[in-house]
Amino acid sequence: MMSNKNAFIWEGYQKRRRRVAVITTVLIILIALCAVVMMTFGNTVYSLDTVFRVLKGEEIKGATFTIKTLRLPRLLVGLLSGLAFGVAGNTFQTLLRNDLASPDIIGVTSGSSAAAVFCILILHMSGTAVSVISLLAGLLVAGVIYFLSFGKGFSKGRLILIGIGAQAMLNAVTSFVLLKGSEYDVPTALRWMNGSLNGVKLDRVPGLLVTVVTMTIAIVMLGRYLQILQLGDDSAITLGVKVQVAYIGLIFASVFLIAFATSVSGPIASVAFLSGPIASRLIGKGRVNTLPAGLVGALLVLASDLIGQFALGTRYPVGVITGILGAPYMLFLLVRMNKKGESVS
Amino acid sequence: MKIRKKLVLFIAILAAILFCVLLSLAWGSRSIPFAEIIDILTGKGGDSFNVDVVRTRIPRTIFGILAGAALGVSGALMQSITRNPIADPSILGVNTGASLFVVCGIAFFNINLPQQYIWFALVGGSLTSAFVYAVASIGGEGATPLKLALSGAAVSMAFGSLVSTVMLPKSNVMDDFRFWQVGSIGGAGWDDIKIIVPYLLFGFVIAICLVPSLNSLALGDEMATSLGVNTKLTRGLGALAGVLLCGATTALAGPIGFVGLMIPHFMRSLFGPDLKYIMPMSAFGGACLLVISDVMGRLAGSPGELEVGIVTAFLGAPVFIMVARKAKVKSL
Repeated sequence: MMSNKNAFIWEGYQKRRRRVAVITTVLIILIALCAVVMMTFGNTVYSLDTVFRVLKGEEIKGATFTIKTLRLPRLLVGLLSGLAFGVAGNTFQTLLRNDLASPDIIGVTSGSSAAAVFCILILHMSGTAVSVISLLAGLLVAGVIYFLSFGKGFSKGRLILIGIGAQAMLNAVTSFVLLKGSEYDVPTALRWMNGSLNGVKLDRVPGLLVTVVTMTIAIVMLGRYLQILQLGDDSAITLGVKVQVAYIGLIFASVFLIAFATSVSGPIASVAFLSGPIASRLIGKGRVNTLPAGLVGALLVLASDLIGQFALGTRYPVGVITGILGAPYMLFLLVRMNKKGESVS
Repeated sequence: MKIRKKLVLFIAILAAILFCVLLSLAWGSRSIPFAEIIDILTGKGGDSFNVDVVRTRIPRTIFGILAGAALGVSGALMQSITRNPIADPSILGVNTGASLFVVCGIAFFNINLPQQYIWFALVGGSLTSAFVYAVASIGGEGATPLKLALSGAAVSMAFGSLVSTVMLPKSNVMDDFRFWQVGSIGGAGWDDIKIIVPYLLFGFVIAICLVPSLNSLALGDEMATSLGVNTKLTRGLGALAGVLLCGATTALAGPIGFVGLMIPHFMRSLFGPDLKYIMPMSAFGGACLLVISDVMGRLAGSPGELEVGIVTAFLGAPVFIMVARKAKVKSL
């Protein structure tokens, strides 16, 4: 009897593992496809052969510039930002056990963006320094929202509501800085309000790469705590998780990801919000889906960028497309939650 | 004694408006001394360039007073018909809905008259607010503050993206109409004032007539019904007036948020819960806030101008957070 039951559980476990493996592979293949399209298509279409020759270092007139300076940074930044937003958003949502508690809804991303745009346009800084300051700003916003949401006891509903207010305020700051930097041309504004991959430079890639790799590893390693935290704080404490430490570590790593990605590509709208729920829809609840969420994020950014560039006649920055994708899902989520009578807190 | 206190407050607010108007005429990228303004206004003349500057600032200031009053009353109406402390035209999506419809009208139907803007804005505003409220009311406990804020935020997010999408291919149009993304009263002239006044008057009259019914509504639907108030009619008319006031303003000035949230709360803390005071005082307070925000935008943005919608968002968001902290979160 007992062994039968064990076998059943074991089988289920194996089945879920296979599902994760299959879905991860499919996601990677789709991302690779997007990458190929991004490298080959454009004003001029280059063959894959040409692309590889250029990447190996061959000089081909026209192609080298287009591929190395225009398309490659776009692809890499899109990929890495997507990963960063996906992983970070998913971590926030899992920690707070609410899909709406995503950093791009509760103002953390806007905080990073406001700081980045201030450093770049007013203080004329560039490179990693910008990312570090936007990290500090993101942490500050997260901390302030968290402390403000203690009234008579902490409430997630209140945290989200306060976050929405903080978001509005920080967006006002960003608009102000854009005006003061006398850069209120449409592309710059859209970049810092919605996120865009236009004109990103290759030299920002290494820093972003290091951040994404280290912080994702950190979050995956803390992931087993994340899985226990999903059961609720009380259970987690009973199971011996140092809840406070785990929380702080995970939030810190997530804000790190968001700040670095935001300072390069701007706050690409809704990616952080959408990736986690899509990933958990794909692989089922109850597992920590840090990596799949990251992959979904990368896929969202690359696919939306392709749509924005080629599908619509006008070239739209990626954030406008993802912004439009995010809103219906948010409404769907609200309707579903309300129907079930779940309280949002 | 109490009446006297209210009278003093009332006079103080009127004085504040007068002061804001003076500032609005005086300050900007070119500042003019107060004495000279009074000379110009009384027709004693002054530096001819300054006369022109003041003349262009007059319609803008009057428009600011009207728009602020409309937004303040609109907020007070929305808060009392939904009985929800964070209801505000911008949170209910009226602003962005109105904006989206006007922008679509310009892009796809070639509308170009202010009258047409207003009608598109009114249709857009009412559809959007109805939709937001409907989404928030699904489920057992009705439209709680959090659900309302979230569905409003979702809709604003979607519509904001759509406004950008519609406008981006027409970047020549975009420069002229940037204020449909962030509200501004900078371009307002006498024509705008003439067009908007009838709509606003209609809205104000409905709002004032509704005051007794809304006061009963504050006691709860059952109590109000037993006091002989038709709750559905009251809510319907209140929503109509609220959308009329806010939609007409948005049609000519773009989405200006948070005025309707801040002012009624502030007035409630000064005058108590009776709408007999809150409704007119919200008009005065809104006018004061919008005019002073516009002045702040001019000073902060100089030599350019910061749209008034950005200033009100910056001032209003902390108030929103305060209200959210106090709101009953159990029901959130």
